[in-house]
Amino acid sequence: MFAQQLANGLVLGCTYALFALGFTLMFGVLKVLNLTYGFYCTAGALVALAVAGIPGATLWLALPAGALAAGGLAVVVDTLLLMPLRRVRAPELSALMVTVGAVLLLTSLLSMGLGTEIRRFPPGMLGTGTGGAVVLGPVRLAWSQVLIIATTGLLVGALLALLHGSRLGLAIRAVAGNEDAARLMGVSVARTMALVSFLSGVMGGAAGVLLGLNFNAIQPYMGESMMLHGFAVVIVGGLGNIRGALLAGVLLGVTEVMVAGYVDSALKDGVAFALMMLVLWLRPAGLGGRVVAPRV
Amino acid sequence: MTKVFWGSPLWGVLGLATAILVSPSVTAAGSEPLTVGAIEALTGPASRYGIAIRDGLDLALDEVNAGSGGAGGGVLHGRTLAIRYEDSGGQKESAINAARSLIGRERVPVIIGPTLSNEMFAVGPVAVERKVPIIGTSNTANGITDIGPTVFRTSLPEADVIPVTLKTAQSRFGVKRVAVMYGNDDAFTKSGFDVFKANLDSLGFDIATIETFGAKDTDFSAQLTKIKDLGVDAVVVSALVEAASGILLQARQLGLPEKVFFIGGNGFNSPKLGEIAGAAADGTLVGSPWFIDKADPVNQTFVTAFRQRYHKDPDQFAAQAYDTLHILAEAINRAGSVQSEALCQALLQTHHEGVMGLFTFAADRSPGSTAGVVVLVMKDGRFSVLQ
Repeated sequence: MFAQQLANGLVLGCTYALFALGFTLMFGVLKVLNLTYGFYCTAGALVALAVAGIPGATLWLALPAGALAAGGLAVVVDTLLLMPLRRVRAPELSALMVTVGAVLLLTSLLSMGLGTEIRRFPPGMLGTGTGGAVVLGPVRLAWSQVLIIATTGLLVGALLALLHGSRLGLAIRAVAGNEDAARLMGVSVARTMALVSFLSGVMGGAAGVLLGLNFNAIQPYMGESMMLHGFAVVIVGGLGNIRGALLAGVLLGVTEVMVAGYVDSALKDGVAFALMMLVLWLRPAGLGGRVVAPRV
Repeated sequence: MTKVFWGSPLWGVLGLATAILVSPSVTAAGSEPLTVGAIEALTGPASRYGIAIRDGLDLALDEVNAGSGGAGGGVLHGRTLAIRYEDSGGQKESAINAARSLIGRERVPVIIGPTLSNEMFAVGPVAVERKVPIIGTSNTANGITDIGPTVFRTSLPEADVIPVTLKTAQSRFGVKRVAVMYGNDDAFTKSGFDVFKANLDSLGFDIATIETFGAKDTDFSAQLTKIKDLGVDAVVVSALVEAASGILLQARQLGLPEKVFFIGGNGFNSPKLGEIAGAAADGTLVGSPWFIDKADPVNQTFVTAFRQRYHKDPDQFAAQAYDTLHILAEAINRAGSVQSEALCQALLQTHHEGVMGLFTFAADRSPGSTAGVVVLVMKDGRFSVLQ
């Protein structure tokens, strides 16, 4: 049972990390607590669901379609709502408030249009048949769970390579560090910001598709319900810190599962979040430390 | 602004004053329609219940006026029965205003509704104070009829349905040892759990573990992995349909043996469960006060008429409302008037063969019998009556 619980925790942790990757990038570089992020996750899942309804479509078509659509949506939201605030250098709390309003409006419109009932991808979308599972000794993992672990690993690797191994990554880190200095060095700040919005949206959308595939509960509020955990993972992992997000996500997931499995399921969230508090007391900048020093 | 005015105590005083100034007219010409009030959530999140109820009431209303009861059309020797609907939007403030308007201005002799238990707790006292009988068709919370002597309900509370389900699991499937799971942050699923727990104890089940989850949770793997190791015969779950489908799917994913089946509360009683969980839901048991495929002729006539008129399937709420209007029309005829005490007495003498089976009121003005409860079993994504 212990091995299975550990695997359960790892999968749950990866879903938290997967959700938080785009969020931490957006938060770390654009320095905006953009609460519409959860909506990109929902939008990605819903677009993928629509694509999956086309006869002959598989996950390999639905996943990129959902992710790209969410990326596009993120750029539109950022351009329409947040760019005007950046232009006048509005205080950070204004941006927070604007995104609160936007996410409430978007989710209400969506639930008016589609209803709040849950939907799921057609069974067998992974092409592995229904109920297929990988059995490794005492541990059973569904294919969708294997996919979540693999995708999380791949995305973490790809993001780290992009940020630390390319000129584009250098530009992103420059903008994150100091916008004005980056501009003076010839970096197009607006374009870099749009690109970061797009990448975050794509990751949020991809997370939505995979969460929908694993939990079979696609509905307008699915992204919202991930926001609390996602937010905790971003803060505890360290703002904008990709490795930290992975570490914090897995820590949160494994703690929740172990508490539910061996102590009491009613204490699951309480103990997990208390642990997060403890981490912050010991390391105020988060597990991985902030990638970007806070502006004074 | 409007809201402040409507919700203010001033409004209540005004309503009361109007009612005192305008003395009720008891004499009525034979041709004048007899109007009863109905307060339902026709807009807002609870509107799917309110609209189903209105559909059921309207269908029964036309039958009553067409004289399907055998004693000529209408009530009280040929008066047409009519319903005056007020929309509460599922809000108790609006429901109270609706009740005051129906009683004070429209002077209805009886009110059907309101849709939600919360609304009934707010509206019931107003009706009791004015001695107006009020009949809830969809309120299942504990203590509804304790509000006062004119409050009736035709809906079976979960506390009456769950024991039937559990006894069936015990006698038909030999279930002894169970695990229990419930959503601990939602009033409905928590009260369902309380009923399950009390009945599991009194029926002598062995409870291996009690696990909780949150209404928004999507991952139940930790709880289910633990349950898998405990060797139970069945898992008893009080959850809304969203969490319920997730639990069923993940249980099979984690390899919980097929012979371990699930027993659900009213939250499981939705076609959505089979739609989402598919084969993973096979074998799930749930009790229900009514079921669309019940074979008796009264029910089949109702279902056919409903489909013909509304081009959709009736649900439990429409069925309960349909029976309620017939029960009320019969009681009005038995009482020979719509005078409050006579009508309450006549309601208590109800003996109605409806779509929910034989219906009687207990002395506490709740349904008197659970004979109409059916236990449903899931097979291939659809519920059917357990034979």
